[in-house]
Amino acid sequence: MKRAQFSRPLFPYLLLVPQLSIIAVFFYWPAAEAIRGSFFLEDPFGFGSTFVGFDNYYDAVTGSEYLNTARFTLVFTALVAFFSLALALLLAVKADIVLRGAKTYRTLLMWVYAIAPPVAGLIGILLFDQSIGPITDLAGLFGYELKLGVNYWDTAFAMVLVSVWKQIPINFIFFLAGLQSIPRPVREAAMIDNPSGLSRFFTITFPLLAPTGFFLLIINITYALFDTFGILDILFKGEPANNPITLVYKVFLDGFRGNDLGGSSAQSVILMVLVLVLTVFQFRFMERRVHYN
Amino acid sequence: MAQVNIQSVNKVYANGFAAVKDVEVQIRDGEFVVLVGPSGCGKSTLLRMIAGLEDISSGEVAIGDRVVNDIDPAKRDIAMVFQNYALYPHMTVFDNMAYGLKNKGMKKGEIHTRITEAARMLQLDDHLTRKPRQLSGGQRQRVAMGRAIVREPKVFLFDEPLSNLDAKLRAHMRSELKELHRRLNATFVFVTHDQVEAMSLADRIVILNAGRIEQVGTPMELYHQPASLFVAEFIGSPAMNTVPLGTRLGGMLANTAGTLPAPAMTIGLRPEAILAGPAGGPGIKGHVAMAEALGAETVLHIEVPQGGTDTRLTTRVSGETRFTEGDELAITVDPSRVCWFDHEGRRIATEPATQPAPRKEPLPAE
Repeated sequence: MKRAQFSRPLFPYLLLVPQLSIIAVFFYWPAAEAIRGSFFLEDPFGFGSTFVGFDNYYDAVTGSEYLNTARFTLVFTALVAFFSLALALLLAVKADIVLRGAKTYRTLLMWVYAIAPPVAGLIGILLFDQSIGPITDLAGLFGYELKLGVNYWDTAFAMVLVSVWKQIPINFIFFLAGLQSIPRPVREAAMIDNPSGLSRFFTITFPLLAPTGFFLLIINITYALFDTFGILDILFKGEPANNPITLVYKVFLDGFRGNDLGGSSAQSVILMVLVLVLTVFQFRFMERRVHYN
Repeated sequence: MAQVNIQSVNKVYANGFAAVKDVEVQIRDGEFVVLVGPSGCGKSTLLRMIAGLEDISSGEVAIGDRVVNDIDPAKRDIAMVFQNYALYPHMTVFDNMAYGLKNKGMKKGEIHTRITEAARMLQLDDHLTRKPRQLSGGQRQRVAMGRAIVREPKVFLFDEPLSNLDAKLRAHMRSELKELHRRLNATFVFVTHDQVEAMSLADRIVILNAGRIEQVGTPMELYHQPASLFVAEFIGSPAMNTVPLGTRLGGMLANTAGTLPAPAMTIGLRPEAILAGPAGGPGIKGHVAMAEALGAETVLHIEVPQGGTDTRLTTRVSGETRFTEGDELAITVDPSRVCWFDHEGRRIATEPATQPAPRKEPLPAE
């Protein structure tokens, strides 16, 4: 690649300043603040703090509540990532073979993407409403009394459902683009080599979609871990009680409801490390196992 | 091995565009047929209809004795080589070739034998464990052919397989293809827009124009007895000189060519039907506007100043010619090699004075 040269060596850094300052203000500073805070026990009323070393981490990791939340977060993330990827892929494969009205169809599928997470949560509340929610009614038809916010697993179900629904469009867009970048002759060659459409999908289409799929997997894991906060908050109406929560929500609860700033800082640092590991894993390990053309 | 029968086949797209109109061809068993024509003439569409990648709007395609209109591409007993090779990028060369065979439920040993044999024939032995991206264009092309060969299909279909290769490699692959055809003795249907490729490969050429067949015939028939002006101008390089008789040059040429069939509107002369003689000799006066020396022969572009509106003619002379740009000369016409075309551009049948050389080997029996 040709390298552009600037006559004054400092000029390019000057161009980077706006971007870097935004990252610094909104990420590095808070992150450093969190790391610092995680080593202190903060007085809830702001009358100073005490250095406690790794006690906050120790308390967080050994608490049974934390482990339960972690376990639920794992299940929640796996379910959300799996279903939003699988359903989006199914929709993309179907949309890919639509010839007439393809644009309308695609636009309709992508619409949901424009909905903000809290709004998605509100729609979820409407769907699961005790008296008028259609999903509650549907469950009622099968003789099951669905109670959002009361039964642990009912809430979990609603959380997964709304999160998956919200995430499908972006996965769909990427999968569709991935499908359309598979050269047509390759698919046609496969049609001549293999009469079974399903087998063709798993032996040709799916491996060629692997780069897209892998990228989306990482995106979806981070989505389920972090970005579902807004949806959950609305579904619980801010009062989770004994409903299932994710680790991120626990950070918020402990810090801002429980006023345990040190403990919640420690928890967020743990999450930060988790994301770091995930990213390293993405770039170092799995990219090599994926077939790029 | 099988013949391919194409009967009044039409292709009309959803938007009403008719890509293939009423095409009728019988391709014989073991024949090498080339479909040729300018881009957009429907040749690829026709091939894809034989392959089953494109629906047949009306008409019938039969491979062997079986009408295949509604048969899945994988079950038509055909193999296709694509222009961009269409190899599976995530599979090794071996797996690329084995894929179709595995899906037929063939035994591992048999697959192995077939691939080893094909790889040897195509000199791919050393590359079987490589991925397509590690191969050169020519090697990829060979893998694509290998993938077709191991299937041992009744019909091989080629969709412009050589057009992505550079000129030298293309000439080489052309002779390899010809050799392959002789060795496999299978039916080949080959699509190209390149008339040189068509002429050098085909037993018979099907020349298409705007979805219709213009002419079906051996390369020599097409060259010497083109059915229409379109064929005359498409086949042969440099192209045939076609001059309307209404122009002054047309009249002059017709006078030298002898008997004029009644409805003729255009005279057609292959470059070699125009003979260049020294200035002052009998014939039409002109001068050399440009001389293209190609080595063995030289193509002369002759300007005839008295010709009226249409004044350019091309002729080919021996490479040792003394004529250079600017030289005066006199041209005459070989009367036995003249083609006449009527007002619709169709050739008027005259005594076939130019008998195409008889084929050394007779065409395979139907």
